[in-house]
Amino acid sequence: MTKPEIKQKFVAGNLKRRMLVDKIFRGAAFGCVVLAIIPLGSILVEVFKNGALAISFEFLTAPPGAAGEAEGGIGPAIQGTMILIGLATLMGVPAGVMTGIYLSEFGSNKFARTVRFFNDVLTEFPSIVIGIFAFIVIVLTIGSFSVWAGAFALSIIMLPVVARTTEESLKLVPQTIREAALALGVPQWRMTFSVLLATTKSGLITGVMLAVARIAGETAPLILTILGSSLFFQGFDKPLDAIPLRIWRLSLLPYDYSQLYGWGAALILILLVLSLNVAVRMLTGRRMFGLVRR
Amino acid sequence: MLEDEKITIKSMLPTNKEVQSTNHELILGRFKIILDNFSAYYSGKPAIKDISMKIKSNAVTAIIGPSGCGKTTLIRCFNRLHELISGATTSGRLLLDGENIYESGANPITIRRKIGMVFQKPNPFPTMSIYDNVAAGMKLNGVRDRRKLDEIVRRCLEMSALWDEVKDDLNKPGMSVSGGQQQRLCIARALATEPEVLCMDEPASALDPISTAKIEQLIDRLKQDYTIVIVTHNMQQAARVSDYTAFLYLGKLVEFGPTKQIFENPTEKLTEDYISGRFG
Repeated sequence: MTKPEIKQKFVAGNLKRRMLVDKIFRGAAFGCVVLAIIPLGSILVEVFKNGALAISFEFLTAPPGAAGEAEGGIGPAIQGTMILIGLATLMGVPAGVMTGIYLSEFGSNKFARTVRFFNDVLTEFPSIVIGIFAFIVIVLTIGSFSVWAGAFALSIIMLPVVARTTEESLKLVPQTIREAALALGVPQWRMTFSVLLATTKSGLITGVMLAVARIAGETAPLILTILGSSLFFQGFDKPLDAIPLRIWRLSLLPYDYSQLYGWGAALILILLVLSLNVAVRMLTGRRMFGLVRR
Repeated sequence: MLEDEKITIKSMLPTNKEVQSTNHELILGRFKIILDNFSAYYSGKPAIKDISMKIKSNAVTAIIGPSGCGKTTLIRCFNRLHELISGATTSGRLLLDGENIYESGANPITIRRKIGMVFQKPNPFPTMSIYDNVAAGMKLNGVRDRRKLDEIVRRCLEMSALWDEVKDDLNKPGMSVSGGQQQRLCIARALATEPEVLCMDEPASALDPISTAKIEQLIDRLKQDYTIVIVTHNMQQAARVSDYTAFLYLGKLVEFGPTKQIFENPTEKLTEDYISGRFG
């Protein structure tokens, strides 16, 4: 065979096949994306469709009415969820970030490997068990269901998520950046806080927002800690309401209005998490959705 | 008149006492860094073996040698970056102004402030502006005086011949300028902490010839105020910029002397072979 013939037979023939394989692969990947979007899309559509009808000024601000009466709203639940998210974030994020820093920057010893393992276990922990833990440690000690107990349980759920994402995003920072800072005679703690955390900001925020989204929808640990209430915030040592708890209670009632209110509350929960996410990203970074990790 | 002249001439001649102290001066004044049987290891495996050399103040010393000979390891030992790698250790003494920087009480942070480092690949801080990159060393060590910072940033950027190119873009990200400019930015950043020694690890290896020429001119100017140690595997570069050259091979110091002598009249066969391109 001459050279062009060889080329014809092997290179060109191969090329067609390779292009076909490429097309099939791309098609399969796209198909899977569509499959993954279907459940997400249908949930969103369903929640919006059903929930939008419930939304009114009264629904957003008023306390719930008597059972069986189509009146009142979820005001205390919205307030409660915001208080819980705020308090749990204040407790869980600093601890999580520090754990992540330890694991990433000093984590090549046996102790750190153990911590990392249990941290991963904690991520997968059933949230009801964490609720029971908070119940025993705080509720039984204080002697009443309380905001503290709820925030404590939620911060425990946040901690491993924040720790893991902090560790992973710190590991993405190239070693040369650390060395550049240390070579300037900057102490390690200063380098970690001023250079590393700044460099990995978008990864950190992603982790915190993931954790917030996770706890915003937690129901089981709240039953055992804040109990639920139809009043607005009464004090940190008193029971509180929260949106997921309210959804659960509403869904147990046999009335049409309660189903509608349940959908409405679900919609508010989704919108709350979404708007919190967007707001945080707009306040802290140029990129709104931080999907590109540095 | 005649009397005066006599006195001047006499005062210029060394006295006995001065001759005696020359040795001492040699160590403290003329030589900035002295290595004394210095070795460096990775997990017990030696990468630098028993090196003894004296690095002159206000001169450029080049370290050359084939890949893997320990050039980078050696220069990273100068400001104790070597120990950041887990399992990395050293033995012997490395004296800066006569004081062993590996003494048990020595603080790596203060040593690194005296010995700056420019890395092979430009590594400006990605989240910081050009201004903040230069000011980083100062700011992170607690300097808050805006006017002082402004002045230092300007002076360092002028020294690294970057001021004219970036003076209107000081608030742009440090990563937004070209590779050659980034490297000069890193040099400015290293100068801002006012070090006495500047170590450069192949500072031009990732740059085009024009940027390389700028860095080399810069090195030539900087040696008036700084002691410069530069690692390079480009022998022409070593010949162009350095006053002294050390040839390293398999972790050992084969030959060390004035650059002219090393390149024109090396005493070791190995040096000659390497310089004439017979290996490496």
